[in-house]
Amino acid sequence: MNPIIETSTPAVQVRAPRKIAWLGLVGASVCFFWLMIALFGPWLAPHPVGEVVSDNVFENISAAFPFGTDYLGRDMLSRVLIGARFTVGLALISAVLASGIGTMCALLSVVAPKWLDEIISRLMDAFISIPSKMLALIMVSAFGSSEVLLVCTAVLSYTPGAFRIARSMAVNIEALEYVQVARTRGEDRLYIACREILPNMLNPVLTDLGLRFGFIVLLLSGMSFLGLGVQPPDADLGSLVRENIGGLNQGAPAIVIPALAIGSLTIGVNLFIDRLSSRRSRRSGGH
Amino acid sequence: MSQLIRVQDLRVVADTDKGELEIVKGVSFALEKGEVLALIGESGSGKTTIALALLGYARRGCKLAGGVVQVGEHDMLSLPENQLQGLRGNRVSYVAQSAAAAFNPAKKLIDQVIEGALIHGLGSRSDLQRKAVDLFRDLALPNPETIGQRYPHQVSGGQLQRVMAAMALISDPLLVILDEPTTALDVTTQIDVLRAFKRVVRDRGATAVYVSHDLAVVAQMADQIVVLNGGKIIEQGSTAALLKGPEDEYTRSLLAAARPDAKLSPASDMVKDSTLLTIKGLTAGYGKKNLQGMPMIRVLEDIDLTIRRGQAIGVIGESGSGKSTLARVVAGLLDPAQGSLTFDGAPLSGDLAGRTKEQFRRIQMVFQNADTALNPMHNVSAILARPLKMYFNLKGKALRDRIHELMDLVRLPRELADRRPNELSGGQKQRVNLARALAAKPDLILCDEVTSALDTVVGACILELLGDLRRKLGVSYLFISHDISTVRALCDDIVVMYSGHKVEEGSRDAFSQTPFHPYTDLLVHSVPELRQGWLEGCGVTSGKLPPISAPSNTPELCTFLNRCPVRVEGLCNKTAPGRRVIAGGSEILCHRDGGELQERQSDLDPVTVGVYA
Repeated sequence: MNPIIETSTPAVQVRAPRKIAWLGLVGASVCFFWLMIALFGPWLAPHPVGEVVSDNVFENISAAFPFGTDYLGRDMLSRVLIGARFTVGLALISAVLASGIGTMCALLSVVAPKWLDEIISRLMDAFISIPSKMLALIMVSAFGSSEVLLVCTAVLSYTPGAFRIARSMAVNIEALEYVQVARTRGEDRLYIACREILPNMLNPVLTDLGLRFGFIVLLLSGMSFLGLGVQPPDADLGSLVRENIGGLNQGAPAIVIPALAIGSLTIGVNLFIDRLSSRRSRRSGGH
Repeated sequence: MSQLIRVQDLRVVADTDKGELEIVKGVSFALEKGEVLALIGESGSGKTTIALALLGYARRGCKLAGGVVQVGEHDMLSLPENQLQGLRGNRVSYVAQSAAAAFNPAKKLIDQVIEGALIHGLGSRSDLQRKAVDLFRDLALPNPETIGQRYPHQVSGGQLQRVMAAMALISDPLLVILDEPTTALDVTTQIDVLRAFKRVVRDRGATAVYVSHDLAVVAQMADQIVVLNGGKIIEQGSTAALLKGPEDEYTRSLLAAARPDAKLSPASDMVKDSTLLTIKGLTAGYGKKNLQGMPMIRVLEDIDLTIRRGQAIGVIGESGSGKSTLARVVAGLLDPAQGSLTFDGAPLSGDLAGRTKEQFRRIQMVFQNADTALNPMHNVSAILARPLKMYFNLKGKALRDRIHELMDLVRLPRELADRRPNELSGGQKQRVNLARALAAKPDLILCDEVTSALDTVVGACILELLGDLRRKLGVSYLFISHDISTVRALCDDIVVMYSGHKVEEGSRDAFSQTPFHPYTDLLVHSVPELRQGWLEGCGVTSGKLPPISAPSNTPELCTFLNRCPVRVEGLCNKTAPGRRVIAGGSEILCHRDGGELQERQSDLDPVTVGVYA
């Protein structure tokens, strides 16, 4: 930066805290909405997931079928309501596991002796070098497709990234003086990791969780799109897009609705997480 | 009368959660061409905000709410942003506190110096480069022709600060704003930078606004002083008048706080005969260890030190002298390569794993920066409760009572117990920091620059508190500071360190009269005094050192050799110095004896301890 102030923001500053809060609220309601769908969707669905209810495929929006029908003439509303459970549930479980394991390994490697840190770090480096789609494809071809396997695949692909980010933050915090004070006080490693370091890195870890959730939704959707994810007659949002790809040239709601659903879910989660972390950091005096 | 700068009824407001808050409340002053005006005050007094308002600039979240800021023919508050940009770095320029953070590490100095002037179209590249070299020469930078070809990390902090001044002056601005330009520098470097600034300002007839919290520095630089507190002008007047007869109580407290050793004296009667901590032959450093177990970068070399029960020992030296490393070794954060530590008769392990819980409790460390020494996610009572639970198993009411007792001890209001660190002021944070150390009922507190990050008035209060605590509790201090007057205010004995070596150790009194070790002499005489003309009159020489040939390959040569004004050809560059005792009782590491040093140092001003104006 040049010390002579050349390009500066105008003297009259416009701050936008209200706008951020509003966006956060939108994010929170979208998240809440999808969580509710995931929990209660199957009961709300007017038709069973595999039932063919109409003679017309790719039917447009109508009173009988609010989201139209799919390529076999099944009710799209029911398919989406039931499919959301897979996308939200699997992605949420995988994201929480990936971030949790990554953060725990990061804390461990920071407070543990150097040799353990080396082992954990190199192992994670090895994992991070495997492309996630490739890993997923290999896993599915080796073990077949099941929900547990999908979660394992997603966790395996996204833990190393979470670990890297969490470790770099933890290393910086570990060097701070309050951690040094705790060490000279004779605190054990568990206390230093959980009480001194963890609370101060939770904001970025939460943001990272949000990002990772988005990635995992996309990974699972991608897998389903390739036909390797959730197997018929069940379908997650990604499979719904794939199944109905034939309706693309007609602009059928059968393909637009699940695509919109994936989009709104990932954006909503990120807005919500952003708001969470900005609130937390305001309390602790960050930005 | 040519009033170049006129500030009238300037008001700046900041947006907060609770609405607008006025942070500069109607400030007015004027400045004539060629004058230097100082804005002085504690942090939060609005001095930097006012300085930035002279650029027509307000920081994020702030707003220039009213008043007039006239610089030459320009009315800075009414100009639109694009015209202001044409003025900034051109007619008005700014020198920031931290030069290291203000330079782009990837570009050569000369390109950065002329960048602003080039943007404003003030000349061709070659003209500007010639001008920059002239400025480098005026600012007494070494090798003015070639220094511009270096990158920021290749020059020292003091030099970088002068390069930044060159950057500000290259456009021949109407007004230069210097915002705490020497605060981050060592005193020995500060004096060179101040000299360079002063000469350039005088020779070029520049008009300058000098922002500082240090009255002694301001006394050297400014013609006029404006004292600020809480966004209001407390007092303003010519430098001489203000230093001689301050009218306001606040100004007087600032003057008093500038030299704490004038008011405070150590509680030397607390010193007992029993030894608390002994350090023997300590060598420590960082980096990979070689076959002999010696680290690559040695920071401490063969340090011996004894702290008695109830004693306060001060360690002074410039940055990089190894004084903080010494505290880290005692605290157990750095395992020494050689040497032994003995604490109250028992050996003290070099690493944390080898220490007992009781040893942890009895040695407590207080860090310089309370912002990073307190966990931002814990509130005050949680911070204080932790050592109480850990060492004494206190619970419930006993715990609460003890927390309150500790808060009373450091004079912190009890209402603050539920606050988090970011909701406290700098001084309050430092008190929490201290209270946490006291919670363990320690025998030894390691204080690493505990007052350096604080305002002078607040720092003086903390010093007073440390003295009182010593009287009340009989704790020992290892007090590390770069400021000799703070050390004199608290400590019985003083150790001077230079690049990892203990070059002088003596009683507090020995440090108020010559002879000194040559380095101590430089250090003591580099501390600005609170009177005008000190900078011109002070005897610290820069540059003219006795010539000396290349040092021999002996490893233990004096480390101060390259800067020493009394070095001896054939002796200092050939053989290692020994320890000797000089008049006054100090032990020094030098080839010269007390008589020789006395002779060379006596022609300088006597050290004025706590004498003003």
